[in-house]
Amino acid sequence: MPKITFIAQDGSRHEVEAENGSTVMEAALKEGLSGVEAECGGACACATCHVYVDEAWFERTGSPEPMEEDMLDFAYDVRPTSRLSCQIRVRDELDGLVITIPERQA
Amino acid sequence: MTAPLFDTDVVIIGAGPVGLFAVFELGLLDLKCHLVDILDRPGGQCAELYPEKPIYDIPGWPEISAQGLVDQLMQQIKPFEPEFHFGEMVTELERTAEGGFRVRTDAGTTIKAKVVVIAAGGGSFQPKRPPIPGIEAYEGTSVFYSVRRMEDFRDHDLLIVGGGDSALDWTLNLQPIAKNLTLVHRRPEFRAAPDSVNKMFALQEKHELTFQQGQVTGLKGEGGQLEAATVKTPDGEVEVACTRMLPFFGLTMKLGPVADWGLNLHENLIPVDTEKFQTSEAGIFAIGDINTYPGKLKLILSGFHEGALMAQAAKRHISPDQRIVFQYTTSSSSLQKKLGVI
Repeated sequence: MPKITFIAQDGSRHEVEAENGSTVMEAALKEGLSGVEAECGGACACATCHVYVDEAWFERTGSPEPMEEDMLDFAYDVRPTSRLSCQIRVRDELDGLVITIPERQA
Repeated sequence: MTAPLFDTDVVIIGAGPVGLFAVFELGLLDLKCHLVDILDRPGGQCAELYPEKPIYDIPGWPEISAQGLVDQLMQQIKPFEPEFHFGEMVTELERTAEGGFRVRTDAGTTIKAKVVVIAAGGGSFQPKRPPIPGIEAYEGTSVFYSVRRMEDFRDHDLLIVGGGDSALDWTLNLQPIAKNLTLVHRRPEFRAAPDSVNKMFALQEKHELTFQQGQVTGLKGEGGQLEAATVKTPDGEVEVACTRMLPFFGLTMKLGPVADWGLNLHENLIPVDTEKFQTSEAGIFAIGDINTYPGKLKLILSGFHEGALMAQAAKRHISPDQRIVFQYTTSSSSLQKKLGVI
């Protein structure tokens, strides 16, 4: 299974295994990491699973779709590699992905 | 002007799928319903959060869009002629001397009912507070989430934040009366109607407003009086002078006034029994996502089941001496008459 490393709000690193086809948001919730709220449950209908993708990985995760961009308008401190983690599907080529959890969610 | 007054059997707070289906179950038992919802249309979260999303666990529908389900429910309850009060929030709920209830909304509507059903889901949709540190200190004095009176913004240095229709509509409406108007949005693309966006850019061309791409990261002022906002732009931080700010960051769900009605609550949910789905107050029921009981699942189909059992209990509460004959819509001619199919 692909591994994802989350850098939590306190700077600690958490390596978690995630199933192909699941989302990065689900992996963060499973691990019980604070800072990813996912209020809407993964419907791309809020902006509370906002994360920063490590720059080296952004090309592989890809840019947000227009609907996700719309939702990112509601997030706090959106940066060039911002994504909603419910919209990133885990697949083999994302093995090793590094994700930083922002200071706060909207 | 006298405030509208209604008298009915049941008032349902929340017009999401579960509130809508309750109209059907109550209607079969001859109970008339009024529904109140803060949104301007039926459907609750289904309509507001994910109208286009498919739902796969509605019995009998292998796949149906959230809006499609709402449309079907509206069709299904039509024979019972429910009355809707949209764009209103129930603020007060009290018992009357006759043993019924009186609810009041923030729009001044009063509804008298024999039974109250709370089907408010995750609570009421309210404007979202943007994640700007310290914004609370300015709310109600300099920062507002809606425009009650346009005059309150006349001759002010106004900062509007957001890229949707509310932000653009108010930009265009308030620009003529504001002293200066700055619109801040994260990116050059907008969610708002293209026509409004074009009008805004045209005003910017004429230097009648300023569009600043960026994100508000901080506020400056004293004693609740806003003086400036710090905006992080693609070219670094700038300060925008402003005395009024209108952030439009969408809607979020809050429990709201439900918390003030004297009901027992558990972690912002209303505990009910699983026979009647009644709250700690006789005659007040709670169904759907807002209730809790052992084994509770927040599923639309669970809310439908809860509505059916609640309706039986509500009928018994209203007419304790009347015998309720259990009937099927498939075979009962009296139910079919109510549904208008024969």
